[in-house]
Amino acid sequence: MKITVDMEACLLHGQCVIAAPEIFSFDDDGGLVWVAAPDEGLRDDAEAAADACPEQAIVIA
Amino acid sequence: MARPRIVIVGASLAGLRCAEAVKAAMPDARVVLAGDEPHRPYNRPPLSKDAMEGLAKGQDAAQPVFDKLLLRSKLGADDIEMRLGCAATGLDEGRVILADGTRLKADWVVAATGLRPRRLPLKGAEGRRHVLRSFEDAQRLSPALRPGARLVVIGGGFIGCEIAATARKLGLQVAIVEPAPQPMLRALGTRVAAAMAALHRANGVRLYAGRSVSAFGPDHVVLDDGDRLEAEVIVEALGSLPNTGWLEGSGADLSDGVLTDGHMLAEGVPNLLAVGDIARFPNPLFDTVPRRIEHWCVPGQTAKRAAETIAALSAGRQPSVCFAPMPSFWSDQYGLRLQSFGAPALADSQTVIEGDLSQIGRAPILVEYARAGRPVAVTGIGAPPAMIARHSARLTKALSETVSA
Repeated sequence: MKITVDMEACLLHGQCVIAAPEIFSFDDDGGLVWVAAPDEGLRDDAEAAADACPEQAIVIA
Repeated sequence: MARPRIVIVGASLAGLRCAEAVKAAMPDARVVLAGDEPHRPYNRPPLSKDAMEGLAKGQDAAQPVFDKLLLRSKLGADDIEMRLGCAATGLDEGRVILADGTRLKADWVVAATGLRPRRLPLKGAEGRRHVLRSFEDAQRLSPALRPGARLVVIGGGFIGCEIAATARKLGLQVAIVEPAPQPMLRALGTRVAAAMAALHRANGVRLYAGRSVSAFGPDHVVLDDGDRLEAEVIVEALGSLPNTGWLEGSGADLSDGVLTDGHMLAEGVPNLLAVGDIARFPNPLFDTVPRRIEHWCVPGQTAKRAAETIAALSAGRQPSVCFAPMPSFWSDQYGLRLQSFGAPALADSQTVIEGDLSQIGRAPILVEYARAGRPVAVTGIGAPPAMIARHSARLTKALSETVSA
């Protein structure tokens, strides 16, 4: 599983950090960071994060 | 066993997410997604913000603005059947009746028909009065949003306040008329609402709080105390009403939306579920009272829950017991992000735990809301995402402990 985030679209709502904390987090400067190739077992979480994103910025492949 | 047939009525966020979740759980299911709007499902929150600003640039902007609103979907073209531009008019013994007379037979019906704007029961100013719910509403309103024009927004809830903020950005003269003592009072509570009122005033909005509109004149609105506000443009942003007319007589409890249990199953009608803005469901994170929640996150959460229920019951299993989704909402006004997790409207006290409400817009603010001494929400105003995420994680933990206790 590969995760990309369109940082042009991302407005840092942080819904992904809530939905999938093992994949998405904020760094000390408040920027969004994510695991680009998480374990397949986290797919449900990743999809929940993509669905929860109000800007549809998260793409899972 | 025959392939189960699921008819989802309402082709917006809740309907689309429900169709996706049903197909993911039951690939064999035949799913029909029917909606009264002519468009494929699209995202509404930007309509009062970026999309409105974009549309105000002229009709050429309409297509690119709409393309950006379209909801991305996991579904392929042939995965489900879409019946767009066709409202449902009734439900009769497991058949959904559409406006064109079609009767769709269904093993399961999901009501996802959403809301329509409440209107003032007054005559006059018909050509200048607008509402904002659909893309068409935004297209009708946007040409009137010319710099210097005078806009009166009736209703100071989130939509009204966002429209006011966008209109100020576009150079209009803006007044908000709100019957409650503060804008967004019910959602945010007295202290935060007062700070938001100050933010609007600081940005040049004339706020008529505690006032209502009693009549429309040829070039003005008349307030209840006789004051007249000149207006070329009027937006009625007085909240919404559930679109449940098509379920009248079905046996469902329609006293406010559609009453469901925690599986999204409608009380009183077999094999009917409700999702999104119209679902009135209990959330054990807070208590046992069923409520409708008009937040963007709810369609997705309830849609998945409904699909899980349908899949489990179709397979002869009981669906999982607990449904306790964390509500969240956000609003963008004057470049300031307000973001909330939990249910601030249920709180009886507010504590500022970071910053100072008098510094709204200048420094980050974080407010914790409690009911009977127990935290029920956190709200950040111009707060860094990491700060909000940290506090919302703490809230989630505290609330989930009470559910499992």
